[in-house]
Amino acid sequence: MHEENDDILEQITSSEYKYGFVTDIEADEAPKGLSEDTVRFISAKKNEPAWMLENRLKAYRHWLTMEEPKWPNVEYPPINYQDIIYYSAPKQKIAPDSLDDIDPELRKTFEKLGISLNEQKRLTGVAVDAVIDSVSVATTFKEELSKVGVIFCSMSEAIQDHPELIQKYLGSVVPATDNFFSALNAAVFSDGSFCFIPKGVRCPMELSTYFRINAANTGQFERTLIVAEDEAYVSYLEGCTAPMRDENQLHAAVVEIVAMEKAEVKYSTVQNWYPGDKDGKGGIYNFVTKRGICAGAHAKISWTQVETGSSITWKYPSVILKGDYSIGEFYSVAVTNNFQQADTGTKMVHLGKNTKSRIVSKGISAGKSQNSYRGLVSVAKNAGNARNFSQCDSLLLGDKCGAHTFPYIEVKNNTAVVEHEATTSKIGEDQIFYCNQRGIDTETAVALIVNGFAKEVMNQLPMEFAVEAQKLLAISLEGSVG
Amino acid sequence: MLKINNLQASIEEKEILKGINLDIKPGEIHAIMGPNGSGKSTLASVLAGRADYEVTGGTVEFMGKDLLELSPEDRAKEGLFLAFQYPVEIPGVSTTNFIKSAVNEKRKYLGLEPLDAAQFLRNMKEKMKLVEIDQSLLSRSLNEGFSGGEKKRNEIFQMAMLEPKLAILDETDSGLDIDALRIVANGVNQLRTKDNAFLVVTHYQRLLDYIVPDFVHVLYKGRIVRSGTKELAKELEVKGYDFIKAEVDQELA
Repeated sequence: MHEENDDILEQITSSEYKYGFVTDIEADEAPKGLSEDTVRFISAKKNEPAWMLENRLKAYRHWLTMEEPKWPNVEYPPINYQDIIYYSAPKQKIAPDSLDDIDPELRKTFEKLGISLNEQKRLTGVAVDAVIDSVSVATTFKEELSKVGVIFCSMSEAIQDHPELIQKYLGSVVPATDNFFSALNAAVFSDGSFCFIPKGVRCPMELSTYFRINAANTGQFERTLIVAEDEAYVSYLEGCTAPMRDENQLHAAVVEIVAMEKAEVKYSTVQNWYPGDKDGKGGIYNFVTKRGICAGAHAKISWTQVETGSSITWKYPSVILKGDYSIGEFYSVAVTNNFQQADTGTKMVHLGKNTKSRIVSKGISAGKSQNSYRGLVSVAKNAGNARNFSQCDSLLLGDKCGAHTFPYIEVKNNTAVVEHEATTSKIGEDQIFYCNQRGIDTETAVALIVNGFAKEVMNQLPMEFAVEAQKLLAISLEGSVG
Repeated sequence: MLKINNLQASIEEKEILKGINLDIKPGEIHAIMGPNGSGKSTLASVLAGRADYEVTGGTVEFMGKDLLELSPEDRAKEGLFLAFQYPVEIPGVSTTNFIKSAVNEKRKYLGLEPLDAAQFLRNMKEKMKLVEIDQSLLSRSLNEGFSGGEKKRNEIFQMAMLEPKLAILDETDSGLDIDALRIVANGVNQLRTKDNAFLVVTHYQRLLDYIVPDFVHVLYKGRIVRSGTKELAKELEVKGYDFIKAEVDQELA
């Protein structure tokens, strides 16, 4: 049985990463390495106002004083920060005024990824901001959205067109000084998405950003900021892929969400960065800081993530529950296979009264991978009647992988109720045989069992993406049983 | 339909089946009885293709094919069904979805179009009556939190949905109260046709009051040591297994 399953595992996991192609486009790049000059170069490229450059330089100088975190349960050789290109933008002959002027090569790239930049051709009501390497190349449905007052544009445009909003909110949830990678991002970020939903508006369509790394030796440092004013609502989706390369590439993003009184923001991620090959060579280092603040009463922020890619994932989408009666949610499926490593989880910081949080984390490990859940639930002294429920389940496929759980709980108010449940299980030979006996082959059986395990989280995804994510899960794991 | 010839099998080097011969024809019900540890469940598992067992000798022909050459899923799709003694739980996978996958995998194998949702549901409704199973049970995760009786009924329900040529019931009566036993047996009796066959593995005679076998075989120490009609089962009920054990041990000695 073991040998047989190993064979199937071998077959499936050697199947190629579907998005590993490279687009041949001429790029405008910064010289390799990082210094104050690099920061100035990026800022100048973006034609930024002086205050923005000042912010960047401050962040850079702070970053110099910091050390890379060593506490995550992951292992990798030291990163040489001077060996990375910090800015790479596809050269476009003319600055595209409309979606029709986009370089056909870029358009093709996104079409190959299943992302249409053609508004007419979109079947579902989803607006897309397409980011390749360091820049946003297109944002769809901008005009339609602006009719209801929703701003959806690239971060570069936002800095030019909405400086007052950027100055007010950028860095307000994740300050540059927060951690090593957020400081690096604040210094060298080059683009990303900005989204602003004014008071009382329910965003009429799903918004999404699609991140693509294309150029070699570059890092991607994007920045996303979502602001939902009182009683506003938005559902946001993020997707990402990268070419297959033998060397590791760094992706250090920052996402900030601000939800005011009675606002609701739902943020979903389907992360499918190149995970490296079956021997662990190459792949993306995904070192990301994501945090939202429920600034007003009755606000709600919900993170849903399906993490199947990256060679290393270091990511803790968090919610600061400042407003009374605010709600934070975190739903996660993290899949690791081959030599992938994931250290991911969430932080729920209860500051307001009667705040509630819910954590559902499903880790699936196969191959020789390591999958860790790391989460913090903290209840401040004044956060009366805080409630938290955490559920952390791990599913093991095979006997060479690892699942780890690091739950931290800090409660300073004795009216709090904090519950934590955890389970670890293995896909059993009995389960597989039972399916086989009903005519279901082993690959299909694993997909069935894994999707059943992850169902509670998958159900949180917007409909259009749930099917895609389900397939992705099956592809990442089929057959890896022992 | 099924021809077992001198079948030998072992687990972890330990020989369990020491030469089984059995011939099952369409329309027949065979019962395999025997004391604990005689190899009854091993026989059921080996026929279904559980990989823990190694077949060390003999042949098995099923519907004209070499059964032992087929993977477990192909055996199932060829029409062999095993009602498990201990059905597994699969959290998050609804019973309905699971059965739908199974039914359509089989149809695909037979070169048929998959059933659409409406056809499948109609089919399901019909079969639900047979085993008196409730719709609410079928929307729950497969066997998760089911009582012993519910699990066994679910096995028979799946059998009804998959319409196998040969169904092996591995101690389906164990752990059932008398009402559940009657429901399960009724299901089996209604599914019986002149074209399909059943192999009922049981420790006790009481199931055979409800599912009346054409042949009864007694398995002991990895061999079929006695074969007869249902009267043999009655005799065992009265005398217990000891008298057969004594006779056989004497013959062997």
